[in-house]
Amino acid sequence: MLEKQVLVEVKDLKKHFKVGRKKMLKAVDGVSFNIMHGETLGLVGESGCGKTTCGRTIMGLYEATDGQVTFKGQSVHGRKAKEKLELTKKMQIIFQDPYASLNPRMTVGDIICEGIDIHDMYRGEKRTKRMHELLDLVGLNHEHASRFPHEFSGGQRQRIGIARALAIEPEFIVCDEPISALDVSIQAQVVNLLIQLQEQLGLTYLFIAHDLSMVKHISDRVGVMYLGHMVELTGSESLYMKPLHPYTQALLSAIPEPDPDYSQSKERIQLDGEIPSPINPTDGCRFASRCSRVKEECHTETPLIKEVETDHFVACHLY
Amino acid sequence: MKKILDVKNLRVSFKTYAGENKAVRGVNFHLFEGETLAIVGESGCGKTVTSKSILRILPSPPALIHEDSQVFLEDRELTELSDAEMVNIRGSEISMIFQDPMTSLNPTMRIGDQIAESMIIHRGITRKEALNEVVNLLEMVGIPNPEARIKQYPHEFSGGMRQRAMIAIALACNPKILIADEPTTALDVTIQAQIMDLIKSLQKKLNTAVILVTHDLGVVAEVADRIQVMYAGEIVETGNSRDIFYRPKHPYTWALLKSVPKLGTENKSELYSLNGTPPDLLNPPKGCAFAARCEYCMNICRVKAPAFTDITEDHKAACWLMHPKAPTIDYKVESYTGGQTC
Repeated sequence: MLEKQVLVEVKDLKKHFKVGRKKMLKAVDGVSFNIMHGETLGLVGESGCGKTTCGRTIMGLYEATDGQVTFKGQSVHGRKAKEKLELTKKMQIIFQDPYASLNPRMTVGDIICEGIDIHDMYRGEKRTKRMHELLDLVGLNHEHASRFPHEFSGGQRQRIGIARALAIEPEFIVCDEPISALDVSIQAQVVNLLIQLQEQLGLTYLFIAHDLSMVKHISDRVGVMYLGHMVELTGSESLYMKPLHPYTQALLSAIPEPDPDYSQSKERIQLDGEIPSPINPTDGCRFASRCSRVKEECHTETPLIKEVETDHFVACHLY
Repeated sequence: MKKILDVKNLRVSFKTYAGENKAVRGVNFHLFEGETLAIVGESGCGKTVTSKSILRILPSPPALIHEDSQVFLEDRELTELSDAEMVNIRGSEISMIFQDPMTSLNPTMRIGDQIAESMIIHRGITRKEALNEVVNLLEMVGIPNPEARIKQYPHEFSGGMRQRAMIAIALACNPKILIADEPTTALDVTIQAQIMDLIKSLQKKLNTAVILVTHDLGVVAEVADRIQVMYAGEIVETGNSRDIFYRPKHPYTWALLKSVPKLGTENKSELYSLNGTPPDLLNPPKGCAFAARCEYCMNICRVKAPAFTDITEDHKAACWLMHPKAPTIDYKVESYTGGQTC
């Protein structure tokens, strides 16, 4: 097997939003990780933890406040429009809400081919051929191309979103909660499709979601975020078998399992309170206010992410 | 155990420009005192319409509850009551928690007044007395610093806190039945766990019967005593929680259970998935509604709708596979505890 190559490198990425005078919303505050070629990196966390902002900043949809994102050795940020266009050919995103992310006044064919037109990749007959290829790939019919988004169900719309992302043959796709708006049986369809496409086309995914069992299913490695920080990053098996960070442990124990005997007997680590505001956060560990194993230094010193076991990174003063 | 609610042949349809959408098509079920009944199904299967028609809070028109439908609350028939009599039941005997805590509170009213509202209406106490009780109620649902909180507006509350406030509103008059319509769908997992624990403990304390409407089988496994699975406006299987999770009989229940990845399943293996989408309820199919998506579909399924077969006293399934002449199909349940198969 070939040595795994780094496709995307994220270094100390920060994205702050200004909200009112002297108030900074630190959505992403110093996150570093690598995404290897051909793997799926899952990103989980509660709402407001910065996972979507992180995905969008990596794509270059937001300008980073600080830090670096490199794709195949090239920096994503701080480029001229023309260079950026070249770079975005290789990176695509699938959005969360299949109801809001498709233009209702464009036909499905035009939606799918928008990227192709922008990059001027195919014209005329070749464009139609490519469009039909894409529709086949995601399991839609050729005649769907002339219809409008409102004629489709949620699962079908998400397929259109996937076809659009695949149109320009990207290598890297950010999947921003692609299944959270769908029903259980439809979720399985879309996840199967994503896995199958990855094998077929050798894609690399950054899979953002809050459904922990789905993330485990699709990901090779999983990163857990809390209030703009990455608190734990490791292989998906070891994260679920042996979570080290107290937040990850609580998060995993909160997943309701569809098995009455198991879920009624298991011990749950109850988290009190709620996720604090990311506006002007305090020093120290962000999780300190809710952590059951909090120490004195947690309030003063921000823990750095370090490798505790092989390929198991944790940001916690306990280790 | 005493039956507190008995729903008989409930049919609800919506008049639309395209025709009559038969959202609920003949649903029968009952609820015992103090138990938790979960109604499970995908979006559009009629679970919310069922629960809202019990309270008669669907706008009519377009919603229409059929004449032969009956809903008995103890010995009263709710569909025949006048609107004024219904007002006395809503909030005092049956109350409801809605799905979205962000939009179901009045943004222009203080939290304290919203909770006190039903006490003032139903119990005829003064605002001052009611607000005193609200403070206790908020403490009970786990909102810290309740004296200050009752003067705040909903936008000053977070999602989890708003859902707690909603629960306080629902429990203000000590109802016999609490209908919780997807109470945790809009919340994060850790907050979801808090809210479900809260509902469970309050139910025990107050002996309220709960109808939990949800699509999340995990939540159901944790709290439900009995479960009924709905598909295309009908109940396809009903039974106690262990029956449904360990001995399910209907192919749709199998599909629902199989399509959720368990933490134990192998990574990136293909998940079981149903093909197609639910039927159009403007023209519901003649036979079994699930036939078009069912992998065990037989000829009769497309022609005639199956009746309920009793498997045990309270476990029923509406499927032709239950017929003695039908082939037997083995369904194996993956379990954490290991070895549980049917």
